[in-house]
Amino acid sequence: MTSLQIIFLATAAATLISSLMVVTARNLVHAALWLIVSLFTVAVLFVLLEAGFLAAVQVVLYIGAIAILIIFAIMLTRRVMQDTGPQTNRQWWLSALIAAALLAALIFTLSQVQYPLSTAGVPDDSLRTLGRALVDPNQYMLPFEVASVLLLVALIGSIVVAGDRK
Amino acid sequence: MIPLSWYLTLAAAVFCVGLYGVLARKNAVAILMGIELMLNAVNINLVAFWHYLTPTLASGQMFAIIVFTVAAAEAAVGLALIISIYRRRNTVVAEEIDLMKW
Amino acid sequence: MDFSQLLSDPIGFIAGLLTGLLTGIGIPEPAARVVLMVIGVIVVASFCLVFPLFLIWFERRIVARMQDRMGPNRVGPQGLLQTIADALKLLTKEDITPIGADKIAYNIAPVLAVVAVISIWAVIPFAHNIVGTDVNVGALYIVSVGSLGTLAIMLGGWASNNKYALLGAFRTVAQLVSYEVPMILSLLVPVILARSMGMNDIVRAQEVWFLVSAPIAALIFFASSVAEVGRTPFDLLEAESEIVAGFHIEYSGMKFAMFFVAEFMHAFTVGALTAILFLGGWRGPFAEQYPILGVIYFMLKAFAGYFFVILLRATLPRIRIDHMLDLNWKFLTPVSLGAVVFTIVADKLIPLGAAPWFRAGVLFLANLLLGWITFWLLSGSARRMRQAEEGGEAGHGEEHGGQAEEHAPAHAPAH
Repeated sequence: MTSLQIIFLATAAATLISSLMVVTARNLVHAALWLIVSLFTVAVLFVLLEAGFLAAVQVVLYIGAIAILIIFAIMLTRRVMQDTGPQTNRQWWLSALIAAALLAALIFTLSQVQYPLSTAGVPDDSLRTLGRALVDPNQYMLPFEVASVLLLVALIGSIVVAGDRK
Repeated sequence: MIPLSWYLTLAAAVFCVGLYGVLARKNAVAILMGIELMLNAVNINLVAFWHYLTPTLASGQMFAIIVFTVAAAEAAVGLALIISIYRRRNTVVAEEIDLMKW
Repeated sequence: MDFSQLLSDPIGFIAGLLTGLLTGIGIPEPAARVVLMVIGVIVVASFCLVFPLFLIWFERRIVARMQDRMGPNRVGPQGLLQTIADALKLLTKEDITPIGADKIAYNIAPVLAVVAVISIWAVIPFAHNIVGTDVNVGALYIVSVGSLGTLAIMLGGWASNNKYALLGAFRTVAQLVSYEVPMILSLLVPVILARSMGMNDIVRAQEVWFLVSAPIAALIFFASSVAEVGRTPFDLLEAESEIVAGFHIEYSGMKFAMFFVAEFMHAFTVGALTAILFLGGWRGPFAEQYPILGVIYFMLKAFAGYFFVILLRATLPRIRIDHMLDLNWKFLTPVSLGAVVFTIVADKLIPLGAAPWFRAGVLFLANLLLGWITFWLLSGSARRMRQAEEGGEAGHGEEHGGQAEEHAPAHAPAH
């Protein structure tokens, strides 16, 4: 049991526990806080996978922007009576069954495949390779531009949808 | 060395927890939180595959960045919709927003 | 005992000493490394928590002198122990928790604010080999940790169960999230010039200070960072005369002290970051041979940056929230985007292998060009606004009110 494995097991346990608390917390703001913990543990997993850039982007994007958006939305759409009743709808047992069945199917399928593991490690200049790939016309420049158009559409759309009609 | 299967199992578990959150919760914002968990699980999977199968290419990280972008855009528009619905119908409980049900 | 290594690599020397000590008493090697890392974390965190004692005194004396009064000079020599007296007072205050406050969020918010600031110091290089951890995405890490502070304020405002605190928290988060955009964009300029995101690489690439190569980016980064901290002139979030002191109205005693300490340490961190990114960090004569000199140079430059922050606080009035957001979205963001574009274009035009001074000169000229274009555009739009007002007033004068609207558009385009 190497130290890296111990760190992974601790982080994985934290991720699973916080995800479970997200979907079972009664108070919505507590659920959002647990979501932040879970997003942070995913960033730690990215660091374990030697993708430091993605870990930093995860914290900036998810915790610094999306989680704050979610907390804002919770605070703007609260009704006083809402937090006290049960937070699950009538068919929660069916959902739990479906989720468990899917988990079993996924684990079974994933264990059957022989993955072509690569012997090379992560190169030192993976960040540089990623940067070049983003702007290379033969690689990923088109998805990059499409992603920026998508963000522009989302920006305009959310302002139009949620803006005050005066 | 951490085996690849550990990462894949963790990602599958988080995905299924998110799926339960989407299917079983009443509040629309809570459903959105379940969707974010599912997108995170997908990201863990992508980066794990990148690390173990093709670490010299940029495609794994690129796909993860696109997933980040889509998640951010969808969270923004989804929350805008929820706020707009709350203004009209004064509720965000998914069961009570049933005007178009037959 | 190789004392020459103590001068050239103090951290390595101390680490070697401690590792020898720990393995000598029987602890295995990997555990000794972990213990050393924990000790390093404790050292950095303690520095970040104890240093504000000096910073607060420094600020109070300087603000007082700028306001033509003395400042704290009774407690201890030159008033240096004043902050300790204040901290003791805050410790002994009653710790009131409002009814209906969410206990977990209420208690976590100040802790998160302090943690967010301390974590920035993990990647700041004091000398070329005295750095907490040299990650290759240091600049992005600083942005990500800074956004944790935003979260802390949001939680603090909501957990207080006070509508005014919540309103103050909303406005604060709007300001902080808006000002992250020009901060990140202007942070890109040193990253482009240094070809790397690591903080030590950025310092090493500054043979000519980036203040010369990118003055506009430096100013925008400094202004946005001051707004991120929430200092005057952007401090309507927490000033006593604004919406009942904003998000920390319900905090008393040590929790308030933690918000306070986090703010002062963050202000000094802004000075330190400006020093690293634009003033050359630890660079100076003989900084490579004797890292202790690098630490001294870095501290001097960081204090220069902090002095500028204090100067802004003592001299500028507060600006309103709508002016503040206008300033951000209509001025800082486009200009910082322009700075990035101009820097990239100018950098591509410089032939490879040119001397550093030549490169800095060309980039400085590119910045001057951007500044001139910005000024030309702003003065043009100011002229148009002035003429629209004058056209409206002339119309008022002739027609005594009534048909002023018909005449004003006729005057405005008569450029």
